[in-house]
Amino acid sequence: MNTLLDISQVGMQFPTPNGPFTALRDINLKIRQGEFVSLIGHSGCGKSTVLNIVAGLHQASSGGVILDGREVTEPGPERAVVFQNHSLLPWLTAYENVELAVSQVFGRKMSRSAIREWIDHNLELVHMAHAAHKRPGEISGGMKQRVGIARALAMQPKVLLMDEPFGALDALTRAHMQDSLMEIQADLKNTVIMITHDVDEAVLLSDRIVMMTNGPAATIGEVLDVELERPRHRLDLAGDSHYNHYRARVLKFLHERHDKVGADPALGRAAVAPGESARACTRDTGEVVDAA
Amino acid sequence: MTSSTLTSGKILNWRLPRADGGLLLRTAALLALPATGILVFLLLWSVSARNIDTSLGTFPGPVAVWEQFGALYSEHQRSREKEAAFYERQRERNARRVAEDPGYEPKIRDYTGKETFIDQIRTSLVTVMSGFLLAALIAVPLGIAIGLSPALNAACNPIIQVFKPVSPLAWLPLVTMVVSALYATPDPMIAKSFINSMITVTLCCLWPMVINTAVGVASIDRDLLNVSKVLRLPALKHVRRIVLPASVPMIFTGMRLSLGVAWMVLIAAEMLAQNPGLGKFVWDEFQNGSSDSLARIMAAVLVIGFIGFLLDRCMLQLQRFFSWDKEITTH
Repeated sequence: MNTLLDISQVGMQFPTPNGPFTALRDINLKIRQGEFVSLIGHSGCGKSTVLNIVAGLHQASSGGVILDGREVTEPGPERAVVFQNHSLLPWLTAYENVELAVSQVFGRKMSRSAIREWIDHNLELVHMAHAAHKRPGEISGGMKQRVGIARALAMQPKVLLMDEPFGALDALTRAHMQDSLMEIQADLKNTVIMITHDVDEAVLLSDRIVMMTNGPAATIGEVLDVELERPRHRLDLAGDSHYNHYRARVLKFLHERHDKVGADPALGRAAVAPGESARACTRDTGEVVDAA
Repeated sequence: MTSSTLTSGKILNWRLPRADGGLLLRTAALLALPATGILVFLLLWSVSARNIDTSLGTFPGPVAVWEQFGALYSEHQRSREKEAAFYERQRERNARRVAEDPGYEPKIRDYTGKETFIDQIRTSLVTVMSGFLLAALIAVPLGIAIGLSPALNAACNPIIQVFKPVSPLAWLPLVTMVVSALYATPDPMIAKSFINSMITVTLCCLWPMVINTAVGVASIDRDLLNVSKVLRLPALKHVRRIVLPASVPMIFTGMRLSLGVAWMVLIAAEMLAQNPGLGKFVWDEFQNGSSDSLARIMAAVLVIGFIGFLLDRCMLQLQRFFSWDKEITTH
């Protein structure tokens, strides 16, 4: 089994006035070439931190990340990130946004016409060729996110990191985007880590779902292999017993077991005095449990 | 157009948005209100002017000021004719002397007539623009550096905070002395008075521009900075492609603010230092104390106001042109 990305013993501590706050501990995850992995868990409990550590935007306090035999120490285009709110440069057109990335990554290796073709190709891939010369202010949220994905894909990353890419979109647009992403994934066989808190999205898209416990001292609670055949169609899957089984497993984890799995009171609770950050992290959980 | 037609026009327009002439009515309404305002102002002005008696005669009303505009312009034209005649005479004289004695080196002397109102306007405009541009050349790079580096910000902040509230007029005597001491050439290409005024304008523009640029740079969206990090943009490209465009709206806000203040301060500086410009024109007329003086000063006041307004409009147009954020302030 060829491991592309190895996250080993990653922990994260933030200094606070009441002593260090442990956000993450003992994160261990090996991801294979071409695998689509979802990170799911309640809001504000370190999913994004894990992604940012892989991206190199944050430095882990302990442990490390190895990508393709090299340790990750800083951000780089081989770990392209699709941010939740598209983060396109508002003064550039869709084409120019992709161009900035392409010319930075391949500027020395590609001819100008090859660069132009490559940008067009990537915009085509996300069905945005028709709006290539529009600025982010002139297109819808879903379209902006498509351009953001095109920009990330155009860097030909070894791992594509997506931080709740569809979180800000309405349900219908989100469904379209998920279908598009599956198509692209089937085509390009990218290795993807995606953060989500949408159970259906996780089951529909992923090869593996990594479920995270709540913070403080969040860690991986359970890993679920999703062995549904591809291509997957959301309508066919709606009545599929396997699909519903996976869905139930994730839901069950989120609603029942999130606090107990791997909980080590000595480690988790002692590290944090009942302070601000700890409360902020459990706030969402309270609501979900109440609703259930 | 009276106010009653205006109201009915508006109502008509409201009820029949697609009726022919709707645009015409809307334009009329758009022009009518400001026109009414100006008319009322002129009325109040002329009525109250008649009731104010000064040692230089009755306070000038709109008509007297209008006449002075004409007088000032014809003075300017007369002065130009005189100047042309002076150079013509000089040229003829020199030609004659050279014809008489081929070894003669002709002397060219500049015309030294009094500056007219139009000359003073031009001087003030050139001064304010040069001072403003000099300030922009210093302030924008400095502001970007301060915005990018929290350490530099911490170092510069106390100095900026202390100097920001100082009226540039307080600097004027120091500027004058320093310029006299350092800029001591026998035949200066640029007049000292011009440099004094220009530096005063620069000092005035500097702080709002530095502060706005620094705030603009420091408040760039984190995600955009992360994009730059993921792409590993080199420092210079990072500034050129991300930082500068992202902070353009704030930079222009600072520029507009400072240009407005600079224009006000320049007039005061010219009055105080007797440097050529509109301020000197106002002061000279005040000292002159003829029966026309007040009307001429009032004419200058109106011109100063109108130029200030035009400068602000120009900056706004520039801001709209250069800024990607088209929803920026409209007035």
